Amino acid sequence: MNKTVSIVVLFFTIFLSCHTDNDDKANNTTVSFNFSHHWDGTPVTNQDFNVIKFTNENGEQLSIERLRYLISDITFTKQSGEVLKTNDYNLVDVTNGENLTFTPTMIIPSGIYSKVSFTFGFKNEKNTDAVYQDLNIASWFVPAMLGGGYHYMQFDGKFINSSSIEQGFNYHAIRAVDTSGSEPIFPQDTFIIVNLGPVTISNDSTFNIEMNIAEWFKNPNTWDLNTYNQMLMPNTTAQIMMFENGQNAFSLKSIE
Amino acid sequence: MLISTFIIWSCSNESVDRYSPTPNPLRIPQLFQDKILNPILPPNNPQTIEGIALGKKLFFDPILSGDNTQACADCHTPENAFTDIDRFSKGIDGSIGKRNSMPIFNLAWNYDEKFFWDGRVFSLEHQAFRPVTDPTEMKSTWNQVTQKLQEHPDYPSLFQQAFGSRSIDSILVTKAIAQFERTLISSNSKFDNFLLGKATLTAEEQNGFNVFMDETKGDCFHCHGSDNNPLWTDNLFHNNGLDATFTDLGLGKFTGDPADNGKFKTPSLRNLAFTAPYMHDGRFATLEEVINHYSEGLKHSSTIDPLMKKVAQGGVQLSNEDKADLKSFLLSLSDYEFVNNPNFKNQ
Repeated sequence: MNKTVSIVVLFFTIFLSCHTDNDDKANNTTVSFNFSHHWDGTPVTNQDFNVIKFTNENGEQLSIERLRYLISDITFTKQSGEVLKTNDYNLVDVTNGENLTFTPTMIIPSGIYSKVSFTFGFKNEKNTDAVYQDLNIASWFVPAMLGGGYHYMQFDGKFINSSSIEQGFNYHAIRAVDTSGSEPIFPQDTFIIVNLGPVTISNDSTFNIEMNIAEWFKNPNTWDLNTYNQMLMPNTTAQIMMFENGQNAFSLKSIE
Repeated sequence: MLISTFIIWSCSNESVDRYSPTPNPLRIPQLFQDKILNPILPPNNPQTIEGIALGKKLFFDPILSGDNTQACADCHTPENAFTDIDRFSKGIDGSIGKRNSMPIFNLAWNYDEKFFWDGRVFSLEHQAFRPVTDPTEMKSTWNQVTQKLQEHPDYPSLFQQAFGSRSIDSILVTKAIAQFERTLISSNSKFDNFLLGKATLTAEEQNGFNVFMDETKGDCFHCHGSDNNPLWTDNLFHNNGLDATFTDLGLGKFTGDPADNGKFKTPSLRNLAFTAPYMHDGRFATLEEVINHYSEGLKHSSTIDPLMKKVAQGGVQLSNEDKADLKSFLLSLSDYEFVNNPNFKNQ
């Protein structure tokens, strides 16, 4: 009798164990992020670079020659308020078509999330000078005289200026800095938390993120390239305007 | 008894030909360890004492040239940080190339592995193939070279020790040269020692560094790196405003993309004290000329890099003081130990 009971108990133990394992596997998902780009609805890839073919809100014709930006701290917030945050970062390099898809190392449990977000650039505590070796060789750093750390975006191209001459521009977003004193000070944060809204994750998923490049010149500040074109890194006003215009540059197109 | 003797003889014979190269990993400088990614080391060509020694011997041996008069080291001399003093180097028959000889150091950290001024070759091993057959350089053939090496009294056994084969071919030759070239590491300039807390910059050098890093002045860092990148190059390709029209398409000739016309590889700023003349075509004899180019001499073209500032005015218009200080800083990147290192010389 005891032997029979033991066998029955052992059977249910094994059965329940297997059942639990299967549930765990079903709950764990891999989430990827795919970054695409458009100019007010017209798709943009690096095949569209190096030709003056875009017109910004201010009416200036321009080309894109280099577009790279950094995203970090992808965060999943559960309805309970629990936060799952990846510590990865990704340098999206549109110029070379590299890192357009990014899969954080973190496994995300399936479920309903009240918010998914990422940071454009680095939050201040992670924007530490010289610590990211891959970014150091990518010429992504910010000089110590400007507070150090790293760029958020390098967006270079040429535009037709008010004298009808082709001229370069360097729309480089960094942590806004005021260098008028003996030491750099930071008037306000200029990294951007991009909120992708509530999502439900049931399986392995790809988030298709879009950047409307035209937004950087549009809203709320109509960008005048004749005024703001080069040497913008130490320009506090320009950096804050970039931060403001970047608020609506990103959107979640779909989840596949 | 006969069988035993045969076995012993066989074993003895094996030991003579045994291939057992001695691993000799690169010694990575502290700043490189701290600030940048590990070097590129192909798994099919590990660094060994025997391979490096063979590569060094080949690098300094004119046997690689068509008439046995020119070695790699003739255009890449140690005292010039492995470039030479000519605007264009001469080949074995007096032919003149159209590019300035590139210095050779820290090549294991060329992460994209695109070599030459126009990036036309992938990998250091493949780079070493080209000069041997270039009609304006060594003007030989690989058949001739490998035959001469094979008939040489020393080389077959040196290849055996390095690669386990007495049969010499171009692949093994270039592997050996690449191993030697990877050992050419420059990391002991005054500025390196400043970053390590072992040296102090002069006021001029410090101001020159500030000019270099200031986006409103030199803005050199976007292409040439900074104190956070001890390579002092981005290893990428830019049109830095040398010409309004191009006689040499550079990267564009290799890629076929007109947007790449006039782009050339960013050279490292290390060892400028030894590497004049400057630019891909050696057009500038002095550092003053180079700095004047960026300050007042930029020329607009369709592919000029947008990072070039104030092109319509000719450049960033540095003051004479800033120019002099920038030169002082640049010279602080010169590594005298590197150019005098006996391990890198033919002795």
